[in-house]
Amino acid sequence: MTAVEVDPAPVAGQERPSGRSGRSGRSGRWWVPWLFLAPALVLFLYFKFIPMGNALVMSFQNVQPFLGNQWVGQDNYVKVVTSDGFQQAAWHTVLLAVFQTAGSMLLGLVLALLMEGQSRRLTFIRSAAFLPVVVPMAVIAELWRIMYHPTGDGMLNSLLGLVGLGPSGFINDPHTSMASVIATGVWRGAPYDMMIFLAGLAGVNRDLYEAAIVDGASRWRRLLHVTLPGLRSVFSILFILAAIRGLRVFTEVYLLTNGGPNGSTEVVMTLITKLGLEQNRLGVASAGAVLLFLATLLLTVVVSVLRRREKE
Amino acid sequence: MSAASETALGLKESRTPQARLLRLVVHALVLVVFAGPLLALLVSAFNHVSDPTQLSVVPSRPTLDNFAVAVDHGVLKYLLNSFFVVGFGLLLQVAVSTLASYALARKRFPFMTLVFVAILATLMLPEEILAIPLSLILSDLPVLHINLIGTLAGIIVPVGAWAFSILVMTEFMRDVPRELEEAARIDGAGELRIFAWIILPMCRPALGVIGVFGFTMIWDQYLLPMLVASDSSTYTLPLALRTLRIDPIVTPGVVMAASLLALLPSVIVFLFFQRSFVHGLSSGALKG
Repeated sequence: MTAVEVDPAPVAGQERPSGRSGRSGRSGRWWVPWLFLAPALVLFLYFKFIPMGNALVMSFQNVQPFLGNQWVGQDNYVKVVTSDGFQQAAWHTVLLAVFQTAGSMLLGLVLALLMEGQSRRLTFIRSAAFLPVVVPMAVIAELWRIMYHPTGDGMLNSLLGLVGLGPSGFINDPHTSMASVIATGVWRGAPYDMMIFLAGLAGVNRDLYEAAIVDGASRWRRLLHVTLPGLRSVFSILFILAAIRGLRVFTEVYLLTNGGPNGSTEVVMTLITKLGLEQNRLGVASAGAVLLFLATLLLTVVVSVLRRREKE
Repeated sequence: MSAASETALGLKESRTPQARLLRLVVHALVLVVFAGPLLALLVSAFNHVSDPTQLSVVPSRPTLDNFAVAVDHGVLKYLLNSFFVVGFGLLLQVAVSTLASYALARKRFPFMTLVFVAILATLMLPEEILAIPLSLILSDLPVLHINLIGTLAGIIVPVGAWAFSILVMTEFMRDVPRELEEAARIDGAGELRIFAWIILPMCRPALGVIGVFGFTMIWDQYLLPMLVASDSSTYTLPLALRTLRIDPIVTPGVVMAASLLALLPSVIVFLFFQRSFVHGLSSGALKG
């Protein structure tokens, strides 16, 4: 990075006709920036915008390959919104997003507070605790499937047995399946949130801590009145990231339970893939996807409006 | 400055034996909870596991049998597919993002804000939401009429553009001083030359960030390879784990051996480029 500091010097020493440098900012022909942007724009067009447009169109159609699509108006939406399956899946998705988000943030904050510091031991533990975040979701799901084995000698059940509980059916029991899926998500989400909280903690004004100590504030009060307000923007960012991730959750549910047992963990995305990819009901599935997108959009807009209002 | 002011909780304040013990217990607990399961995975991959319900935390009779069985089931081919996808996918992604960022950070042109917002908006359009139309488009690209289903290119090309990389890169490129570029321009250098020889070398830290994040993002892809696959020949390793598990004669030890192979590359990349990773997390997230 030192090069940035050193190199400009000789240039600055040269005579620099102002007209020339002014032109060079906008130099070249108008299409130059578009040429640089073209690959990205083409890829986004093909794999983001056209699919989204198609989803919108299909959501109003009865999609029949080879027979031609029929315009059916809001039929698909009515079907989706009034179907028990979708209502339940939407409810499960909200539950999962809320608890997974809250759980990850709470645990992440506690971890960050406990493991803030520069010592070598803390650095090591933080890296180790962060590993679940970089391990592919598919691996985590397979690992937890085995840990969740429902008999008494399953890994987690033998731990429960040590404290005289269980055995639990975990992902195999409709009563505990959702909580189990959420627990796996929290396990992977908390270390991620921890890292971001740690970055936020580093930005909290140290002088305020000093002042709080001088004022004789207890540790708890200092946390409540100095640290947490200092982390406000971190909270809203983590919230929005986690909530969006929660709404579109697919891989872990698909691999852990695929919506089962008995539909107890069916979320919007697993339902959509079943409708669209397995049953070929593309119109209805697209309507579901559009609704999911609208929920994501709404959430994003609401949070950013709230944040802006707070800043003013 | 007193030690107490260093952290929010001021955990260094107390050096009493009880406090030290408490700290030790907390740290051990964190390690067990978050690294323990991965350790169980590691040990089980090398163990003779006959009992399908148990993972072993204690090594007993270490063996490579699990890997041998996994290889018999084509795991090497899936691993190769994964490497192929992540190699070319990342190359494409970095090239596309740096090119786009050059225009966004160093040029002024009409509709720039619109383009920027459109790119930002794609963050709200993940593969999950687009799964159904995406699978149709992959089977018949509009205008070009190419079928990408059943080809590794079907995974590589769609991951080529990622808004996150473009945002990180643009943010960084904006801060490269103008003078360097102008000097090169006076010497008669063209746009591509300025991009490749002046701007890019200045962006090494940001290249580290988008490289590391791009790698883990592509390596972790699940739904996209699933949409693209028409048979197991284009499976990436993460996708193949489920097939392995469903196979009735495959023991959990074998699944864990394959899982180990599937997690090692991204863990290694993380451990080597930890600094870029943490830097990207904090700067990317806190600016948003």
